[in-house]
Amino acid sequence: MVTSVRRTSVVAVAAVLLSAALAQTTLRIGLAEDPDVLDPALARTYVGRIVFASLCDKLFDIDTSAAIVPQLATGYTVSDDGLTITIDIRQGVLFHDGTPMDAEAVKYSLDRAKNLPGSNRASELEQLESVTVVDEDTVELHLSTPFAPLIAQLADRAGMIVSPTAAEAAGEGFGNAPVCAGPFRFVERVAQDRIVLERFADYYAADQVAIDRVVFLPIPDSSVRLANLQSGDLDLIERPAPTDLPTMRSDPNIVIPSVPSLGYQGITINIANPEPRTDPLSADVRVREAFELAIDRNTINDVVFGGEFVVGNQPVPPSSPWYVPEVAIPTRDVERARALLDEAGVDRVQFEMMVANNPEAIRVGEVIQALAGEVGFDITLRATEFATALDLQEQGQYAAFPVGWSGRIDPDGNIHQFHTCEGALNESGYCDEEVDRLLNEARAAPTTEARYDLYRQALERYLPDRHIIYLYHTVLFFPHRTNVEGFQAYPDGLIRLQGVTLAQR
Amino acid sequence: MLPFVGRRALTAIPTLFIVTLMVFAIQRSLPGDPALILAGEQQDPEVIAFIRERYRLDDPVPVQYLAWLGQLARGDLGRSLRTNERVLDLIGSKLPVTIELAVLSMLVALVIALPIGVLAAVRRGTAVDYGGTVLALTGLSVPNFWLGIMLILLVSVRLGWLPASGYVPLSEGVWENLRRMIMPAFVLGTGLAAVLMRQLRSSMLGVLRQDYVRTARAKGLRGAAVNVRHAARNALIPVVTILGLQLGALLSGAVLTEQVFTIPGFGKLVVDAVFNRDYAVVQGVVLVTATGYILINLLVDVAYAVLDPRIGAR
Amino acid sequence: MSVGAIPAAAAGASDAPALRPVGRPLRRLLRRPPAVVGALVVLAFVAVAALAPWLAPYDPAKPDFLAVRQAPSAAYPLGTDEIGRDVLSRTLFGARASLIAGVISVAIAVGVGVPLGLLSGYYRGALDELIMRVTDAVLSFPFLILAIALAAALGPSLTNAMIAIGIATTPTFVRLTRAQVLAVGAEDYVQAARALGASDARIIARHVFPNSFAPLLVQATLTIAQAVIAESALSFLGLGVQPPTPSWGGMLNTAKNFLVQAPWMAVFPGLSIFLTVLAFNLFGDGLRDALDPRDE
Repeated sequence: MVTSVRRTSVVAVAAVLLSAALAQTTLRIGLAEDPDVLDPALARTYVGRIVFASLCDKLFDIDTSAAIVPQLATGYTVSDDGLTITIDIRQGVLFHDGTPMDAEAVKYSLDRAKNLPGSNRASELEQLESVTVVDEDTVELHLSTPFAPLIAQLADRAGMIVSPTAAEAAGEGFGNAPVCAGPFRFVERVAQDRIVLERFADYYAADQVAIDRVVFLPIPDSSVRLANLQSGDLDLIERPAPTDLPTMRSDPNIVIPSVPSLGYQGITINIANPEPRTDPLSADVRVREAFELAIDRNTINDVVFGGEFVVGNQPVPPSSPWYVPEVAIPTRDVERARALLDEAGVDRVQFEMMVANNPEAIRVGEVIQALAGEVGFDITLRATEFATALDLQEQGQYAAFPVGWSGRIDPDGNIHQFHTCEGALNESGYCDEEVDRLLNEARAAPTTEARYDLYRQALERYLPDRHIIYLYHTVLFFPHRTNVEGFQAYPDGLIRLQGVTLAQR
Repeated sequence: MLPFVGRRALTAIPTLFIVTLMVFAIQRSLPGDPALILAGEQQDPEVIAFIRERYRLDDPVPVQYLAWLGQLARGDLGRSLRTNERVLDLIGSKLPVTIELAVLSMLVALVIALPIGVLAAVRRGTAVDYGGTVLALTGLSVPNFWLGIMLILLVSVRLGWLPASGYVPLSEGVWENLRRMIMPAFVLGTGLAAVLMRQLRSSMLGVLRQDYVRTARAKGLRGAAVNVRHAARNALIPVVTILGLQLGALLSGAVLTEQVFTIPGFGKLVVDAVFNRDYAVVQGVVLVTATGYILINLLVDVAYAVLDPRIGAR
Repeated sequence: MSVGAIPAAAAGASDAPALRPVGRPLRRLLRRPPAVVGALVVLAFVAVAALAPWLAPYDPAKPDFLAVRQAPSAAYPLGTDEIGRDVLSRTLFGARASLIAGVISVAIAVGVGVPLGLLSGYYRGALDELIMRVTDAVLSFPFLILAIALAAALGPSLTNAMIAIGIATTPTFVRLTRAQVLAVGAEDYVQAARALGASDARIIARHVFPNSFAPLLVQATLTIAQAVIAESALSFLGLGVQPPTPSWGGMLNTAKNFLVQAPWMAVFPGLSIFLTVLAFNLFGDGLRDALDPRDE
């Protein structure tokens, strides 16, 4: 009896080993959109970054608490004046084409990110003057001014190291067949259908990679994405509809890791883009305060997102170390809002609110419309297709626009460009010299404590102006089937497959 | 017949010319700037300026149009602004999918519509007629996305019979390919069948009362023979017209169905391209679908002549 | 074609296949119960649309945040939608946008398409070429691009959505009319009328148009259904009715993400579309038969 049991188990183990050796494990991931060009210098979409996380390793990375950790770098030191950063490069790393990833390649990639015509990384590396190769595994970064967020930038696309040989050979076509030093190599892409990667055998940490093939499938409709997960045609999906979460939780084959995102969702109010505006909402801060007090953040979260997201009032979520707890989330106060409108001498305030033409954004708009309507705001909603909305926003042809930001590791990325007078994303036309000074100083401040203090002072100054009313923060959910093991959610929303295994179905 | 076909083929040239003018005029008059979209979340002014320069977005529209015609003459459709892929490659990868889906849907539609349409007319006013009508109109008024999601939930999630979505090329196995095409073809086919069936019933009724059919009956020909040999043939004229129009529309119009079943066809390609203001892709796809449409309708015109020789003769 | 048919057709050429006075078709229409039922249902929906403010128990735009996606109950007979609005009230009010979108856009398509098709098919030649080339160009053009362009040019509203749908469906009617005219024009009674020296206008009005009528009517009643559904796609693009105004298509569109959790959100607007489409088609069938000049 005992022997027979043992024999069976031996056979079973052998069968498992055999099937593991024979069967290719393929992980199928459902994305909400089709990624854009897969060139780290040119790329611009969130879903593109998800693919890059498997394809292109960066100098630095983050851990699950958003703290920066080394990846292709092994460490760095900053000079006392903050103008020179010395980075040690990991040794013995190969690109997918077999060429070595060394200091020359790091210099090449950073120069490329900065200088490639049309590079979306150039503005992220604005303070980087030059890169010098010290030896085979050390580079020096020379900055024009001290810039604390730089290391965080190098933990994203700007810090991705590409094969110089492949980049030179491919020229403009590099993004069609990228060659990097990540755990997976590029196999093929069928536009709007799939992106296929396979395990890179010579990856420097190959023992952490247990999946043979990864297939990314863009499936825009959340119901369809979910149905594919339920039927087992997909193993993991991103951005499920929050209202579908109860359904998923009742499915024994699905688990849902989650993490609050680094970004925010709010309403941008046009006060002076391109010219100062005269309508009550733009011209009178009391009207904007009344508007904020008319809104109930919890109602938005409960009604539209089933209470799954996190309400907030600042450019970073309450869970962030950069959040200022003393500045509390305002609660709805209809009486105070009405009093403010009376004080401003207006009875009813009419304005048009542009909303993105997706069902959730429209729902948020409808809830805000109903809430504010009870206080005295007659809001007309205008559902606008993305390209048109961008254009109208750029030209300043909008009054209010609920819009979000995907978020950056360093708080500078969530704040500076939105609140400084010349900020590239300052769509409300806000300008305050003191805020500019504080936010510029925060970039150069030497310690985290000093930076936090400067961001707090700036916050206390710009928040009461309410040109951006922060409302809530999305929570990133990654529902996957139970046969996917070891998956962890990261606050930047990227899907990292190191340490993930796929059990046989 | 041959000179007729040749003459009709020549008319494709002005039609395509009008199409190219339309696609240019319409696209360039849309709000939305491809450079703003390409610049992404960051909206770096230098990147925006570079893209405008690189893709000559600031050139006057007529200049852009002539440049595109010049490219076209060399057989080059340009590159996607969004992914930098050659538009010709994009179209090449989607064309087989689109054609297969269109043909399968049409087959489904014909299999449903022909028998029901003829029966409904012959057995006019009976339960068969009204049952067929209700069935057809159900197919028509149920939106494709609704039927599609319901089918996925039932057939794939609940029963596990077919994959929920996706596409496998024919070259990787006919069965695997068909398993994924059955549901989308059914969804599209039921919608088309409604229109075909109603049209067929109506024209059959008209023809059945024509004098030559009555005469044929009077001469003692049996019902079925009359129905098929005389009536159905003439009744097919409006049906063929609708068939041609629908097949043409399917080339780029199956967007929602493609989306639900994630079939990478033309519909999804062109819609995404429009939303991204990916000019070169829109121009390329519109040109190809227009050519396909014209070819189909050339066949329709030939079919008129075959079905009713008097039309060709005039 | 059998020889025996010619005398009969020639004999009827001068008067038989022409439109009759209104009275007789109306009487014949009333003798067809399905057609009468269809007409009554259409009228009922029109009444609902007109009387919606008095019939609806709630404000269709006002959400009850404490009753989100509630199943049908005594308080909300058809349940509530994704932000807690009454589905019954929204369905009643939705009749307005949907019926208007369906009927007006098809009226535009028929009003423009049929005359062009008649001209094209009857006269052939250069005019035919021109009309058909432009028709083909419009028809081969993706509907969505046309729609977005119109939204951009005219601004978003229900009217513009109807114009967009109308323009997009016009070519179908041009082609269909033309094909029918070609077939009818070849018929013996038309040839006979021509031989007898009847003017073009008279031949078109008395022979060609009435005999081309049936497929057009069928297509028109079918297109109403497609227009009602197309309206939802356009609302979604920001071209049609703007939120929170309800339309059946728009409600269905929203409901698609809640098919499992809140099926009532899809069922009632879906049923309304189905009934409307069915009613228009039954009525259309009856009308078609009543007007058919050959039907005795």
